[in-house]
Amino acid sequence: MNRIDQLFSNKPKEILNIYCTAGFPALNDTLTIMETLQQSGVDMIELGMPFSDPLADGPVIQESSTRAIANGMRVSVLFEQLKGFRDRISLPVILMGYMNPVLQFGVENFCQKCAETGVDGIILPDLPMDEFETEYRPIFEKYDLHLIFLVTPETSEARIRKIDAVSTGFVYAVSSSSTTGKDKDMGDQQAYFARLKEMKLKNPVLIGFGIKDKQTFAAACANSNGAIIGSAFVKAIENSTNLQSSIQSFVQGIKG
Amino acid sequence: MDIAVNTSHSKYHVNDKGYYGRFGGAYIPEMLYPNVEELKEQYLQIISEPAFQAEFDQLLTDYVGRPSPLFFAKRLSEKYKAKIYLKREDLNHTGAHKVNNTIGQILLAQRLGKKKIIAETGAGQHGVATATVCALMGLECVVYMGSIDIERQAPNVARMKMLGATVVPATSGSKTLKDATNEAIRHWINHPVDTHYIIGSVVGPHPYPDMVARFQSVVSEEMRKQLLEKTGNANPDYVIACVGGGSNAAGAFFHYLDEEAVKLVAVEAAGKGVNSGFSAATSQLGKMGIIHASKTLLMQTEDGQIVEPHSISAGLDYPGVGPLHAHLYETGRAQFLNATDDEALAAAYELSLLEGIIPALESAHALAKLKDLPLKPEDVVVVCLSGRGDKDLETYIKHLK
Ligand SMILES: Cc1ncc(COP(=O)(O)O)c(C=O)c1O
Repeated sequence: MNRIDQLFSNKPKEILNIYCTAGFPALNDTLTIMETLQQSGVDMIELGMPFSDPLADGPVIQESSTRAIANGMRVSVLFEQLKGFRDRISLPVILMGYMNPVLQFGVENFCQKCAETGVDGIILPDLPMDEFETEYRPIFEKYDLHLIFLVTPETSEARIRKIDAVSTGFVYAVSSSSTTGKDKDMGDQQAYFARLKEMKLKNPVLIGFGIKDKQTFAAACANSNGAIIGSAFVKAIENSTNLQSSIQSFVQGIKG
Repeated sequence: MDIAVNTSHSKYHVNDKGYYGRFGGAYIPEMLYPNVEELKEQYLQIISEPAFQAEFDQLLTDYVGRPSPLFFAKRLSEKYKAKIYLKREDLNHTGAHKVNNTIGQILLAQRLGKKKIIAETGAGQHGVATATVCALMGLECVVYMGSIDIERQAPNVARMKMLGATVVPATSGSKTLKDATNEAIRHWINHPVDTHYIIGSVVGPHPYPDMVARFQSVVSEEMRKQLLEKTGNANPDYVIACVGGGSNAAGAFFHYLDEEAVKLVAVEAAGKGVNSGFSAATSQLGKMGIIHASKTLLMQTEDGQIVEPHSISAGLDYPGVGPLHAHLYETGRAQFLNATDDEALAAAYELSLLEGIIPALESAHALAKLKDLPLKPEDVVVVCLSGRGDKDLETYIKHLK
């Protein structure tokens, strides 16, 4: 069973998924961060594969991506770092990135490497659902990789149903119409979250974008299976002099 | 005007899936899906409406000053030993071809009920053309421009401001056109309901490349009529145009794409030389990739990071090319040449002295290839003079020795 499915069947509520950009703040911090996240009680890890032109990202993740690329991070380097990580980390791990680096790596090659290293799911925000269905789905299935699609407050009900039908693992509900890291008020979004909940999707739902602290995490969890924190975490570690303690106190602040 | 002409029979125009051969598509994050889908569903229908076309035509005539002249360049013809005509897009209101597209898109935005307009700009010509139509229609306008381009195209920044637009510097990445486009797309993600994004070239997700090409197609539509009148044949032997994203070339090629006897020449910016590491000659340096939500030829590293291009001309300083042009390159329908910064400068000085026309640096790249084509005295050649050189005076003066 895919680790993502296992997680949701064991713990359907208050899933905390933390995003960090691979190869940031320093190239070889990736595994240290993942291990510390696991020790701190996080439920899932989303690793960002840095891209030079991340269209859906705000300044914080853009900056972390620029630094990670300058540090030497790239898809092939990430797979090197991930070799053997399953000896140390049992949490579900998702890779998030943009299509172009994956396309250049080769989609099948990419999926194979994910399976070899122990990655459970992929988020590619600029992969059109149609293209996934016509060209790539059999490859993802072959390697038992979940592909997670996004929905937004502007997504029509019919399209949400379609996205839910095609997604596996969970559906990523973007909290507001925005790039990552925007400070929009969660209060305004409760009706949208409630609407999603009432739709009783086949997949669990995690809410992301703009989740940054205990309150916003709780607000997201009220109508979903949990939430994803990205920019706030990246900001918390970007200038850290002690990664372990920065990470522990950040996660404490959310869950504590 | 024939902007809604049916092109479904053509192997060079976009297909019903939004692709040109293997290029094109809409690689957008879900946040943009409703906007892009709305455009895709409606653009052809809207631009087919007689009322839309009447308003578009009338503005092109009375406001832009179309048709733009097709000028027989006698002294240039003598020098290059062929019959050379210049399609004078430089004489349009605001000084370049860009306004053809912004007029079309602002009328479309109004019909979609949008209240705010955003745009990206490189040389500032598209930014000025967008600010202009926004002033004309009373819509709010925000233009993203790379901070390097803000410096090198200062007069256009001042013009945009005078026209009431807000100019926002793009400070990420290479701080040029690519990054301005990223920022405009991000702005659109953050303002999905009331805002229309007027893309300035035949780039971006489907249906933008086709939509922009159609609004620019007026260029070749006029060329056909004007050539028929002047030479007795609507088809020239050559059409030459510079290619940044490729909108002036798309407009100049549009009605000739299926006329295989007409040789189409696309001129990219070689910068300091194709292999110098400072170039924007995408067809030579790029391979298939995704930029600004379109699958096309792209300058990139082996691991898929987009490379920073270089050109002296801000409007050609782009690491991709519209998917139509990637397809024209791959099929061999158009010949792709490139001109260096120095060749473009020399061509600009030459046109100024021979014909009394100071061209935009972008257009000068097209002129620079007259010397490299195997022209015969009876050949009819049309060069798309996409814009005028006022914005580039500082660069010209700096390099004039
Ligand atoms: C005068 C002129 N020509 C050409 C271009 C390049 O754009 P495109 O390749 O879309 O025609 C620009 C862009 O700014 C321009 O200002």
